[in-house]
Amino acid sequence: MSSNPSQGIPLRTIHEFPGGVHPGENKEQSTRTPIATPPLPNTFILPLNQHSGAPAELLVKVGDYVLKGQMLARANGFVSSPVHAPTSGTVTSVGMHPVPHWSGLEETCLVLEADGKDQWCELDPVADYKTVEKDELVQCIHDAGIVGLGGAGFPAAVKMSSRKASKIHTLIVNGAECEPYITADDMLMRERADRLLGGIEILQHMLNPQEVLIGIEDNKPEAIEAMRKVCAGKDAIEVVPVPTKYPSGDAQRLIWLLTGKEVPSDARSVDIGMLCYNVGTLVAIYDAITEGKPLISRVTTLTGAALHQPGNVEALIGTPAEHLLEFAGIQDEQFDALVMGGPMMGHTLDTTAVPVIKTSNCFIAASREEFPPPPPEQACIRCGMCADACPLSLLPQQLYWHAKSQNHEQLHHHNLFDCIECGACSYVCPSSIPLVQYFRAGKDEIRFQKAKSEKAERSRQRFEQRQKRLEAVAAEKEARRKANAEKARRAKEAKAAAGQSAGQNSADTSAADAKADMIKAAMERAKAKKATRAAGTDVATASSGKPARPQLSPKQKELKIQLSVVNAQIKKCERAASQAGENSSPEAEKLQADIDKLKQQQTQLKAEFEAASAPTEAPAKPAKAELSADEKKHKIELAMARAAVKKAERAVTTAKESDSDQLQTLQQQLEDKRRELARCEEAV
Amino acid sequence: MALIRQTSPHTLGQNKTSHIMRLVLIALVPALAAQTWFFGWGIIINVIWCSVIALGAEAWILALRKRPLSFYLRDNSALVTAWLLAMALPAAAPWWLSLIGVGFAIIFGKQLYGGMGNNPFNPAMVGYVLLLISFPQEMTSWVAPLGSGISAPGIGDSFSMIFAGSAVDGWTMATPLDILRENKSLTMNELWQNSPQLSGMTGLGWFWTNLAFLAGGLYLLKEKAISWHAPAGMLLALAVLSLLFWNGTGSESHGSPIFHLFSGATMMGAFFIVTDPVSGATSNKGRLLFGLGVGTLTYVIRAWGGYPDGVAFATLLMNMAAPAIDYWTQPRTYGHRKPKRGMAKTK
Repeated sequence: MSSNPSQGIPLRTIHEFPGGVHPGENKEQSTRTPIATPPLPNTFILPLNQHSGAPAELLVKVGDYVLKGQMLARANGFVSSPVHAPTSGTVTSVGMHPVPHWSGLEETCLVLEADGKDQWCELDPVADYKTVEKDELVQCIHDAGIVGLGGAGFPAAVKMSSRKASKIHTLIVNGAECEPYITADDMLMRERADRLLGGIEILQHMLNPQEVLIGIEDNKPEAIEAMRKVCAGKDAIEVVPVPTKYPSGDAQRLIWLLTGKEVPSDARSVDIGMLCYNVGTLVAIYDAITEGKPLISRVTTLTGAALHQPGNVEALIGTPAEHLLEFAGIQDEQFDALVMGGPMMGHTLDTTAVPVIKTSNCFIAASREEFPPPPPEQACIRCGMCADACPLSLLPQQLYWHAKSQNHEQLHHHNLFDCIECGACSYVCPSSIPLVQYFRAGKDEIRFQKAKSEKAERSRQRFEQRQKRLEAVAAEKEARRKANAEKARRAKEAKAAAGQSAGQNSADTSAADAKADMIKAAMERAKAKKATRAAGTDVATASSGKPARPQLSPKQKELKIQLSVVNAQIKKCERAASQAGENSSPEAEKLQADIDKLKQQQTQLKAEFEAASAPTEAPAKPAKAELSADEKKHKIELAMARAAVKKAERAVTTAKESDSDQLQTLQQQLEDKRRELARCEEAV
Repeated sequence: MALIRQTSPHTLGQNKTSHIMRLVLIALVPALAAQTWFFGWGIIINVIWCSVIALGAEAWILALRKRPLSFYLRDNSALVTAWLLAMALPAAAPWWLSLIGVGFAIIFGKQLYGGMGNNPFNPAMVGYVLLLISFPQEMTSWVAPLGSGISAPGIGDSFSMIFAGSAVDGWTMATPLDILRENKSLTMNELWQNSPQLSGMTGLGWFWTNLAFLAGGLYLLKEKAISWHAPAGMLLALAVLSLLFWNGTGSESHGSPIFHLFSGATMMGAFFIVTDPVSGATSNKGRLLFGLGVGTLTYVIRAWGGYPDGVAFATLLMNMAAPAIDYWTQPRTYGHRKPKRGMAKTK
């Protein structure tokens, strides 16, 4: 506060964080040449989800002609980011395509065929951002599709627009770039320091921090020099070299290094008054505000032993990786693994057909010697080297045991969810145990279990509520039944009492008694009235309902029941058939035959029913009586046979489901039963 | 072309378990040389013999468990156990004593628990304690050190003592810790004058052997194969307790701090036994506590217990406490106000 940085170079204390490792840097290969611009590819693949948050919503359709910089998909909500056209051309398709994601799964992408003109759409830069409201600038940054270019891909506008962001005191600029191999930020700082400073000044205007600290690992002297040069004379901005140690580029590690402040486990850096932006993000913000250009390209490092000319390129988002690898002179005979990101936290890609996305800071085309397959895992000897390497002071050796035995309570107790998966523990493990992999699996397992138990809890609650509802309905029914019974009893009593009290009244002369009796009588009269009213309605409904219903002969009744049974069977068979049809099961045909048969039966029964109800009952009865001797027997047999067939069918299906070895015998039995049924049907 | 798919990190450090074990073996060489110098060739013969037994026993069990032999044998952990036990045994220990001790250490102390990394007790100490309890006579028959008046046995004599069962009586002498234990009447000065093996600071041969173990331990520290916490804890506890209970030079004396630090198995225990990562505590604070515990128990057993040296018993007792120590010494995780303590609460 009182110290004036311009009086001399202030000596800032660097707060060493615990742990960390020093893997081979391998940065010199890609820093020999300036940032290059590869030729325009013919095809661009643009995933709709290149950021953390919701995927963007498509604004164009197949066949549309678009201009460079035109918004192709808009942000879906605030924690989302739009996607812009990296060049002018035609949208040729929208569909699933491999993307650089560690799951290896495909995602919805928009494919853009370049027309080669590379024609910009009309840009709308902010003339003088100092005269513009903060909210408007935030919107500009949001609309430009700017996300954290350091790797996480968190929409840049979201961080700065929270209410807490207006109270930040320190802006941290992350130029540490601690991952080996990657030099994108290094080259960017060397070549675009002035634009980076411009970005910082925009954020200074928007957020008004007391100081800006630019953290750069001391293995990048050129970048430090370049930044110091442009920041000379800027009082509130300080370039702070930090010791080279992985993972100092992690935002919270860098905050610790520069300020000694810790971000609580359940909070974000903004909660302690700090915001951290990657240098690439700030340059993108500068371009978006002062030139109106959306984020359609980024600096990407192309390196690895399989590349003839490693270096950095200004890659248009959506450029297929293979195009860039060609540009950098890929040597197929050496090429063994493609890693996006660094060797510590990057992930391998299954194909070179994936595009450059906003978070693609590096592609490593590695040879077998460079990234050899990991040696077989040995037993953990609890040497504790992992604990010494952990930048969060976790105990990976303990977490490993608990992850292996899926002891979730212990994993929580050992703060598994604080693990940032930096890979330092795996790196130092003398037994070559892929610790990070165990931790990722452990985290996933816990998340999965949690989701499962939440689902089970919801189902339980639903079940209980349903049970309660059913109980309430049952209780209501019971209460009504009881009330009705009580009413009926009361009515009966009242009737008897009315007769009695009439006699008593005349006999008894006591006035009090008489009064009480009168009240009682009145009450009972009222009750009786109510009861009769209730009874009356019952009678009324009964009398009004009954005559409307036609009187059915026993024969008609029987036919009607049969008809309804057949109807039900048809419905059931149809359901089964449609299901079988969906599964394209061979049973579908058989079921269809059943349905036809049943429908025939239905029409027959209907006809019979009509016949039975149309003429007088008299001739119908003897007809039935005549038939009954033979037909009754057959019908019973038929019904029994049908039941037997059904039972056998059920047995067969269960056998099929459980892969029982009795399937053959059961099927044989089913065939027998079916034959029997056919015989019975013939007989009928 | 098919690209390799594998999980990060894609680059690994060069440190390997077999390398750490090899460092331990290298660090044992000075002490091995000192022991050979003072107690004769028997120690070298024992080291070779124990190595053969250890590798044989390990291979046998691995074969029974259907594990790849060479992959596990090459981790050198069996050799470390064998060497430590061989150097803890008397130089003239008969062949069957080593066979029982090392065989038990490898088979019961290590492999039956699931092999390397899974043994709750230090295998070498398991074997040692078994022998000490079962064969106290043989286990205390130490060859007299060089310069004690009795000439050290040559290679031939050592061979016949170890493998042919020839009498060792003529060659042996009580160890300094034994002498101190058995002493009831003499003052310290008288004791030192009467016993030739007590000359040379803390005992002839023993002082230099301990010093050699210390040198090996410092080498391991420099190579970062071990951390300083457990040795510091053990030596500190031993020094403080022996200073507290050092009642001068009378006949009841338990010995000076220097005597305790440089006698018996102190330095071997401090740098090669309590530093065993598998059976010890794992966090740095835990290791300090573990070392303090071993040092305290060692002194208690030496001063008031029934055995002349207590490092082995103390280590095994503390091995039992190691999991509990680990639960109570978790470091504070970044972003948390307090370190977690104790067991996880089960639902």
